[in-house]
Amino acid sequence: MYLSLIVVLPLTAVVWRSSRDGWGAFWRAATTPQALAALRLTFAVALVVVAVNVVVGTVIAWVLVRDEFPGKRVVNALIDLPFALPTIVAGITLLALYGQSSPVGVNIAYTRAGVCLALAFVTLPFVVRSVQPVLMTIEPDMEEAARCLGAGPFTTFRRILLPTIAPALLAGAALAFARAVGEFGSVVILSGNIPYRTEVASVHVFSLVENDDVGSAAAVSVVLLAISVLVLGLLNVIQRRRTRHAE
Amino acid sequence: MRNRGKYLLRTLALGYLAAVLLVPVGAVVWRAFGDGAGAVWQAITAPDAVHAFWLSLLIAAIAVPLNTLFGVICAVVLVRHRFPGRRFLDAVIDLPFAISPVVIGLALILVYGQAGWLGSWLAERGIQVIFSLPGMVMATVFVSLPYVVREVVPVLREVGTDQEEAAWTLGAGSLKAFLLVTLPSIRWGVAYGVVLTTARALGEFGAVTIVSGRLAGQTETLTLYVENRFEAFDLTGAYAASLTLAALALLVLLAMTRLQRKEGH
Repeated sequence: MYLSLIVVLPLTAVVWRSSRDGWGAFWRAATTPQALAALRLTFAVALVVVAVNVVVGTVIAWVLVRDEFPGKRVVNALIDLPFALPTIVAGITLLALYGQSSPVGVNIAYTRAGVCLALAFVTLPFVVRSVQPVLMTIEPDMEEAARCLGAGPFTTFRRILLPTIAPALLAGAALAFARAVGEFGSVVILSGNIPYRTEVASVHVFSLVENDDVGSAAAVSVVLLAISVLVLGLLNVIQRRRTRHAE
Repeated sequence: MRNRGKYLLRTLALGYLAAVLLVPVGAVVWRAFGDGAGAVWQAITAPDAVHAFWLSLLIAAIAVPLNTLFGVICAVVLVRHRFPGRRFLDAVIDLPFAISPVVIGLALILVYGQAGWLGSWLAERGIQVIFSLPGMVMATVFVSLPYVVREVVPVLREVGTDQEEAAWTLGAGSLKAFLLVTLPSIRWGVAYGVVLTTARALGEFGAVTIVSGRLAGQTETLTLYVENRFEAFDLTGAYAASLTLAALALLVLLAMTRLQRKEGH
């Protein structure tokens, strides 16, 4: 009951509102040049950020599990910071360092690179946190054995570690992707929201709502919703595979 | 050779973290105090800022207990019961993780707004949901819904039903068995979920922006206040309010690490 009043009913309303004026109206609203540009940018940026996360996230997880250095506990705790920090503060934070009056001379405010940076910040923990526990369960013996048999570090990683962490890596990447597609707070600050250039889908929906164009907003929202459902479905499949493996 | 590879990876990992996470956060602190601590204090204690602070806390104080109660019940139902639609429920609970907060805000407006499904029915009874507190609480509840469920479900699975069954055979009712046996064994999972829920509730921006109407001093939470100050080019104000939020985030982070150690991760 609680769930249906707060989650299911409102989401049904979005789908209903987007289809009220017929399929043609929905299609027109979801494929206006501006909406298309926003959706395309959202995807491209989300894919780039996920790729970065997959590589760097795995490296960070590996370093946190296998490496020993002073301050490791602090670093480990810091990984969760993007979860704890409000996204709007994340935006302000990045702008303070990489904005117009940047103390380090890097200005990527209001560019696509800025959007990427904002998303990289908020999605950082997903891959690390899903790969890390799996990596902990792998004994270093296997890696050492591979190395004794003459495998280089890259081959060791590809043949020994990757197969084991692949499902976790994929799950983390899917979560990061979903988050990147939907992110709003940090992007709204850092992107400048220039239509056709740095306006992502969630910001586009927001500006449509502000302009009282609820129908179009609902249409674009439905596209985003469909992506969310797809990603969740994918996650579900991965998880079921993982539990089957565990059994 | 092996060591060089190791150092390379370590440098890459720490360097990335520093560039993306640590240095920006340091920069905000440094910037905020650029005009002196007095200016920061003044910005933090401005009437609108104080009001926004309390409003954020009030919303969290309503949303977090609601979600905790719901989360525990839902987790128990998901783990201990078999019923048609269980898979559906399981999937729906994760939706708020994957949906854009802006879409969530829009969805609430379509149901509870003036032109929404329940809007006129609510208006006749003098209840305003959108652009006032109830709507903001609902948006917050929506976005922070899954945390407690997701933290409690694995713990509950691990605990198993043996102890509960023992309690039943010893004559305890369902409620008594739950309060005395189940609840203590899942308490760290619940606590962790509550911490995550609180963090999300305090930090929510997208969904709340849409349903709040953003009236300064009335429906403006601390995150909305930060954006408002930022748009008004009052950077000291924005940085100062951000610092308040960052301090809250730090508390959350501390709580998380302590709880993780208790759980024995």
